[in-house]
Amino acid sequence: MSKPHPYLPNSVPEIKERMMEEIGISSIDELYSDIPDELKFRGELDVPGPYSEAELKNEVSGTLEKNWGLRCPPFLGGGVWPHYVPAVVDEIVSRAEFLTSYTPYQPEITQGMLQSIFEYQSLVCELLGMEVSNASVYDWATGLGEAARMASRLTRKTTILVHALISPNRLSVMKAYTEPAGITTVKVDYNKTTGQLDLEDLKEKMDDKTAAVYIENPSYLGFVEEGVEAIAEVAHDSKALFIVGVDPISLGLLKPPGEYDADIVIGEGQPLGNHMNYGGPLLGLFACRNEPKMIRQMPGRMIGLTETLEGSKRAFAMTLQTREQHIRREKATSNICSNQALCALASAVYLSLMGPQGIRELAEVVASRAGYAMRRIGKLPGVRAPVFNSFHFKEFTVKFRAKSVNEAHLGLLDRRIHGGKSLVKEFPELEETALYCVTEMHTKRDIDRLVSVLGEVLEG
Amino acid sequence: MTLRRYKQADWDEPLIFELGMEGRVGFAVPSLEPEIVDAVDDITELVPDGMLRTRPAKLPEVSEIQVLRHYIHLSQANYGVNSGLIYPLGSCTMKYNPVINEVLAGHPKITEIHPEQDDASVQGTLEFLYTLNEGFLEVTGMDDASLQPAAGAHGEYLGILLIRAYHADRGELETRREIIIPDSAHGTNPASAVMAGFKTVEVPSIEDGGVDLEALKSVVGPQTAGLMLTNPNTLGIFDSNIHKIADIVHEVGGLMYYDGANLNAVMGKCRPGDMGFDIVHVNLHKTFSTPHGGGGPGAGPVGVKALLADFLPVPTVEESDGVYRLSWDRPKTVGKIHGYHGNVNVMLKAYIYMITLGGEGLKEASELSVLNSNYIAQKLKDVKGYSLPYGEGKWRMHEAVLSASKMNEETGVRALNISKKLLDYGIHAPTTYFPLIVPEALMIEPTETEPLEALDEFIEAMKKISELAYSDPEEVLKAPTNTTIGRLDEVRASHPKTICLSWGTYCKLPL
Repeated sequence: MSKPHPYLPNSVPEIKERMMEEIGISSIDELYSDIPDELKFRGELDVPGPYSEAELKNEVSGTLEKNWGLRCPPFLGGGVWPHYVPAVVDEIVSRAEFLTSYTPYQPEITQGMLQSIFEYQSLVCELLGMEVSNASVYDWATGLGEAARMASRLTRKTTILVHALISPNRLSVMKAYTEPAGITTVKVDYNKTTGQLDLEDLKEKMDDKTAAVYIENPSYLGFVEEGVEAIAEVAHDSKALFIVGVDPISLGLLKPPGEYDADIVIGEGQPLGNHMNYGGPLLGLFACRNEPKMIRQMPGRMIGLTETLEGSKRAFAMTLQTREQHIRREKATSNICSNQALCALASAVYLSLMGPQGIRELAEVVASRAGYAMRRIGKLPGVRAPVFNSFHFKEFTVKFRAKSVNEAHLGLLDRRIHGGKSLVKEFPELEETALYCVTEMHTKRDIDRLVSVLGEVLEG
Repeated sequence: MTLRRYKQADWDEPLIFELGMEGRVGFAVPSLEPEIVDAVDDITELVPDGMLRTRPAKLPEVSEIQVLRHYIHLSQANYGVNSGLIYPLGSCTMKYNPVINEVLAGHPKITEIHPEQDDASVQGTLEFLYTLNEGFLEVTGMDDASLQPAAGAHGEYLGILLIRAYHADRGELETRREIIIPDSAHGTNPASAVMAGFKTVEVPSIEDGGVDLEALKSVVGPQTAGLMLTNPNTLGIFDSNIHKIADIVHEVGGLMYYDGANLNAVMGKCRPGDMGFDIVHVNLHKTFSTPHGGGGPGAGPVGVKALLADFLPVPTVEESDGVYRLSWDRPKTVGKIHGYHGNVNVMLKAYIYMITLGGEGLKEASELSVLNSNYIAQKLKDVKGYSLPYGEGKWRMHEAVLSASKMNEETGVRALNISKKLLDYGIHAPTTYFPLIVPEALMIEPTETEPLEALDEFIEAMKKISELAYSDPEEVLKAPTNTTIGRLDEVRASHPKTICLSWGTYCKLPL
């Protein structure tokens, strides 16, 4: 390069030459002498840049500004949801000591991260009603894949029964994780009026190959599954595990899976203090019961509380590393190495800020706003909301009769309102239906505007 | 040069659960508008019987300032590349994480975007993803790619799924059951291969650090699905036989997988695609400067040669006439391996890094990373107690692996003790006991962003430790003493009777 680069302190020609002299070379290319000539890349990589910081800022902001500004957060959910992220969360995760550190392999100098993740595990356990949590997996979907594999290892059985209204994205990821392990997925039917899992169909499909039963609660389509105790019982009667996937915000209001005998609880931790970021980074919650044989089958990292060798102080350390790839290699419970640590830290800060009262209030506000929106939309002519006659938390289905989902969507988008997600391809049996989501970020004014524009679009 | 008298903060910080008082809150939840209250009334009345939470979650009750201070205190008991001194953690590429990348990645037009938004409303996001993808293909010499994997190991898993899909498509999956992996490989390689349903076969390294070609020939055959390799390898040595290795594997119908953990050595110098690899993953949190975040999130995009493009996950970003869109049109796809599009915010930082340096800058970064590591290796290889095993006389790439086995034999000071003593000087330890083929290994990767002064400080500390080991080994063995805590009881941490994985269980332990 013609001049020294701010990121490259030794790019100053005199410094570089001095270093080369010290090690006895006259050109950098001597260091690359092991690369056969025919493999050497000639010329220069064709990538944009370089940019100075000032130019960069213009360039990148210019690109990002091509994303539309919307009049309010999108009415989209399904696995990533618009929730408010308190400023303190962003402040903490921006601290260089956390942000720019590696996995805490040297515990004496990284107690801060280790304690924070231990707190994350503990806070998540309290929220889910479980006893043991790992330090995170990539997201809800990969957590489902890992949970299914874990259930299969524990039970030595190979079928996973899932509610037929499972999120198709998560199902696709689950299959990518389980098919190579010889695990098959079977869908269990649901009640067409309420959406609730069909218990009779479940019983019929349970057999001696069933490793686990999986439900999402609230379901992908937003309604709350009510027969959870019965489902747990059916699963356990056949010595299968009960896996539950959750939106953690709902647990301010809803009974946690730990109280209805779930064995493994997974979910998406994004709403706990993480921005949507077009779907990543996310935060895969992963918890199980406090049973040694389950804990030994957990995927990923776990942080434990111990003490210093001389016994005078508390200390935090990575535990049971013999499950993990860097020790166990081909016998590891999972190949996961990098996880979503910083997102887990964000969630620890978030849950600490919220406290028991905050998380309860938040869940009530979210459910109330969603309930309000659902009723108002349901009163529009040619619209049915929700499709299923059950209690909904923050997402609900909207079925259009007079217009198509896409016409409604485009009409809203014209007015810079982003409506719900089309379910037309995912669940054709629901016909022209979309999945709407409302959170604390949507004020009454936002909801009223959505309803009134939707009304105009449907009339037009 | 005098070494620093480093002292890490120790606030004797309680657990967050031990702070606070009943009734305190750290965040004000927005109130409901009266009209909504009128319309919905008491939402708890609507929750189905038995599904209402009756026992509140036992979360702490703390004010905002208590939460803030608590986590700032904890941050001060941590060590980052931007806040530390030098972070020569081999294989992890702990380079400077540019501040401007963080600033720009906090733009609401990236952070507040939902993954299911209409393509028309997210053209900016799709544009940078597309450009990053193109740059990734250029740097690696591949034909097509998926940005979905959230980490290196996730990319490896996808890569092996692609190998699987390829052989299945040709009707050969039944016979092709084996993935070959050198004994110097990262632990994730065999773990990923087995997770995707294959058996692993290990091949040994020879004295110059490369793959033993004769041993390789003896294990390949119709049962070979592929081979996973990192080049430069984990010893920091470039395997000059790479073309021969690729030929041996390709001749029997196997595929070549490139673990891109060590790509930082060779950007603009050579490309995995030209070496004969069919699949490559790159750790953006290593080579492309995105922060490791204390263990994640990373990103591990996967590039492939054209013969595997049909199997890539959906969706991918396509462009025509300056308009970007997500394409789901891959009939033979392996499906999805992430709920959405992967760690997009991390990708934005990687994209910014790439265009900040440009083609010439990326090459210079690689060259300086190699210069820095050789500078350290040359200065330390003859210091008493250390040696530089394998590849006698060969230059190292971006990292070098020292062995302290002589020191261990002569003084009882092990690689572990050296790493702990480095912490006392405010220097992060190298990776220890890896690769497994080097006894008492210290794997050192300074990266290109360390100034000469920091390299010299590290070298000085390593020399000082050697001196101490031979004169006053106790001084080394008792380290660390300047960190937040000293050595900890790791047996207790994992013992079935004492293991404690959450505050809830802690409260129940008989302590």
